[in-house]
Amino acid sequence: MDLSMLWYLVPSVIMFAAGVYGFVTRKNMIALLISLELMLNSADLNFVVFNRYLFPGSMEGMVFTLFAIAIAAAETAIAIAIIVNIYRAVGNTDINSVKKMKY
Amino acid sequence: MDSVANIILYFVVAICMTVFSVMAVTSRRILRAATYLLFVLISTSVIYFQLGYEFLGAVQIAVYAGGIMVLFVFAILLTRRPGDMSAPLESHRRALGISISVAGCVLLLLALFYMPLLNGVSLIEAIDSGNRITMHDIGVAFTGTSRFQYLLPFEAVSVLLLACIIGGVVVARKR
Repeated sequence: MDLSMLWYLVPSVIMFAAGVYGFVTRKNMIALLISLELMLNSADLNFVVFNRYLFPGSMEGMVFTLFAIAIAAAETAIAIAIIVNIYRAVGNTDINSVKKMKY
Repeated sequence: MDSVANIILYFVVAICMTVFSVMAVTSRRILRAATYLLFVLISTSVIYFQLGYEFLGAVQIAVYAGGIMVLFVFAILLTRRPGDMSAPLESHRRALGISISVAGCVLLLLALFYMPLLNGVSLIEAIDSGNRITMHDIGVAFTGTSRFQYLLPFEAVSVLLLACIIGGVVVARKR
């Protein structure tokens, strides 16, 4: 039995679908951010798997994933700062209760 | 032919990844959802290690499982009481989410299974055919300016992280 490329792409597809489901259904902003991280993570996994199987001599997929991880860290930090700020202004982190961002 | 240990490791990690990613988006306690997300991120880093990208797996653990998860847990504890459950989903919203995600999943899986080039190489061949990526290669790729070298994006990311620190402090400070 060989571990071909398809074996690694199937869990990544399922992870992405779970992220989409969470992004559509959840209302808490932190839960939305968690779904977003799932989708980003599955995209990163795809980059790495394609790099390993199709272009094993180069490392561009890995470099892209490193940059994606750094940018995801920055994005999460800013998003959480905004969520804490909204919590201070509105009193909860529900997306339906945020009618205006300026108060 | 891959070794049995590799195949067993793959199955453990893949099952962990799928189960915990589904649980992370369906759990009604947000702190548990964050914990399941942590498990998914750690499984991903195990796959990076298995594919031979040791540096990337270490970065994944340090940045994602270390840094981002601490941010998540702090944000959750700042904005909710522990033990709070989120409200149950309305049925039309859940139906919409399930239909969108299942449709996308089926479409992508069909595309994957009809793709001809995906089934040729096994993991061992893929790892052995290329040169192993050493730390020296990574350092050269990140600090050079010629083709396939990434000094400018590297510096741009450092400026971005600085801007992000300042922005986070400015946005979240008390007025």
